[in-house]
Amino acid sequence: MTMQTLPRRLGAAAVTAVIVWFLSVRLDTFRDYQIAEIAVYVPAVAGLTVLTGLSGQISVGNGAFMAIGAYATALLLLHLNWPFIAALVASAAATAVAGGIVGVAAARLRGPYLAGATLMLGVALPALAFAYRGIFGADQGLSITFTAPAFLGASFPLTRWQAWVSAVVALVTLVLLANLCSSRIGRNWRAVRDDEVAAALDGVNVAVTRILAFVVSAVCAGLAGSLLAIVTSLVAPGAFTITLSIALLTAAAIGGLGSLPGALWGSVLIVLVPTYVTDVATSHGLSSSVGSNIPIAAYGAVLILVMLVFPQGIQGGLVGLLRLFTGPDQETRTAHDAPAPHATPPADEAPASHHEKEGTT
Amino acid sequence: MVEFLQFTLSGISFGMIYAAIALSLVLIWRGTRLVNFAQGGMAMFTTYVAIEVIYRTGSYWTGFVSALAAGIVLGVVCQLTVIRPTMNKPPINAVIVTIGLLILLEGLAGIFFGGQFRSFPTAFSQTGLKINGTPLGVSRYDVFVAAAVLVTTLALAAAFRYTSAGLRMRAAAFNATIARLSGIRVARVLTVGWALAGLLGALAGVLVSPSTFLYPNSMDTIFVFGFTAAVIGGLDSPLGAVVGGLLLGLALSYAGGYLHNGSNLVPVVALVILVVVLMVRPDGLFSATQVRRV
Repeated sequence: MTMQTLPRRLGAAAVTAVIVWFLSVRLDTFRDYQIAEIAVYVPAVAGLTVLTGLSGQISVGNGAFMAIGAYATALLLLHLNWPFIAALVASAAATAVAGGIVGVAAARLRGPYLAGATLMLGVALPALAFAYRGIFGADQGLSITFTAPAFLGASFPLTRWQAWVSAVVALVTLVLLANLCSSRIGRNWRAVRDDEVAAALDGVNVAVTRILAFVVSAVCAGLAGSLLAIVTSLVAPGAFTITLSIALLTAAAIGGLGSLPGALWGSVLIVLVPTYVTDVATSHGLSSSVGSNIPIAAYGAVLILVMLVFPQGIQGGLVGLLRLFTGPDQETRTAHDAPAPHATPPADEAPASHHEKEGTT
Repeated sequence: MVEFLQFTLSGISFGMIYAAIALSLVLIWRGTRLVNFAQGGMAMFTTYVAIEVIYRTGSYWTGFVSALAAGIVLGVVCQLTVIRPTMNKPPINAVIVTIGLLILLEGLAGIFFGGQFRSFPTAFSQTGLKINGTPLGVSRYDVFVAAAVLVTTLALAAAFRYTSAGLRMRAAAFNATIARLSGIRVARVLTVGWALAGLLGALAGVLVSPSTFLYPNSMDTIFVFGFTAAVIGGLDSPLGAVVGGLLLGLALSYAGGYLHNGSNLVPVVALVILVVVLMVRPDGLFSATQVRRV
């Protein structure tokens, strides 16, 4: 880790912030909403990419942590009238606790057994909203009101404010995660992922390291849930089906597991591909049942193709392309081009060979 | 007492469905070391094939057989086209490809068959059987469901145990390299595994759809419980899959029947059972004992 790493990351985050600001001012309300949506997904996908890509633990249930963050935020805003920033921090704390509990249970599990347990968690947790309808409001969920601050003027579009808030939280999360990943903790994650026994012999506490990864990814998902609450103004179980958890995992994989810029590409893709395909389908006058299903089929096809053509995800593909043009010094170039410069060293991108033999899920 | 009997019988009926899905996952896991997230999606798709055939021919059994045939074909096609190319890539890629396959199949089902809920016919009457006027909470159809899965499972077990093809499959699952050196075409064996898994999934889809309706996502919950059953039993053990399925089916049936607010808590109960089992045996109930310390 060189001295310029932190300024470089902050610089890239600032550049991305300016781009988001520029887009949000120039584009219409619908596009603002899409920016907000992308920014909601970014922390959740980034947390998952760290958990699965760096610490080697799969989770098919991170939507559950998003639900915890969203419900915590909604309850605090509704009943205690907390300011959003306080609710955001409190929700992150709540999901940290939840992540710790799940992490302790998960530390004993491997591959498909961990996938099965997290999948069931993702299915079971939203069911509590129905079981305790007095608190969580069952199907209807909890409606919250979120307004832009008064100093921006009455005519300031709410969606633009939502996009700004979400983008700031997303960028701060990315910078913090990037620093965490290149710290001692991040190195321990990689060590445990590649060889548990070797890591333990080097004095790494394997269980604590794995649990910490779950806590970090849960906090990130909690932040995303908190953002989702204020962007959609509604927290209901319908938003936290298993489809959400699977979307997070696919976004992380499509972007490139373990890569933070990849988390951004993945989030952009899962928000924009469905809308884009729907636009094309409706403009060609297809019936609604066909038109509404083509984006689903297209997303599935894109997922399969990316995994077969770019085994390391989009970020891996980009790095590979850059390497073709620039030779071996791709690291500085990637850092320059990518919004959150966590230039992934090659060791991150290829899981250790013994992992492949054991098989994941 | 009557209530208990009812919950038990309906638990067995659903448990057999979960067992069928779990068994199909175990078949693929043993061969390919991969959890096929598309298993439920494939079952949904073949059930649509069945409903279209039944609608056109008017015969339940023609539809039933076409679904099973479609299951075999779909299993083979999926394995050859998208799964085989992932085998030399990081293992997570194969998992994501099966998820992509699931999403693709659900999208295609919506495009070809429409997204609305469709009711699926049964082979036998669904009215409850009675003994001396006491309802058993189970119908002729439920008996057929349990019997169909049981017969298929036993047939598969016998085939694995007593035929040379079964021996080849077990050898390939046990150690692919040595099997290959012994002249077994491992790649072909893996394809056969996917075909059998497709068949089992198709069976589960046709059997469960009268109780759930048919729509592009209709098998999602069934898949989750089937996967849970396989994890409870241990992904390497076909017996574990059946036991896990029955255990889960019974537990969920009792929970839904007896617990206050039970129907809402069913997934939570499943999670609790899964966590308890995995805390005691991290590789499922029927795993070969393996010490792993953290």
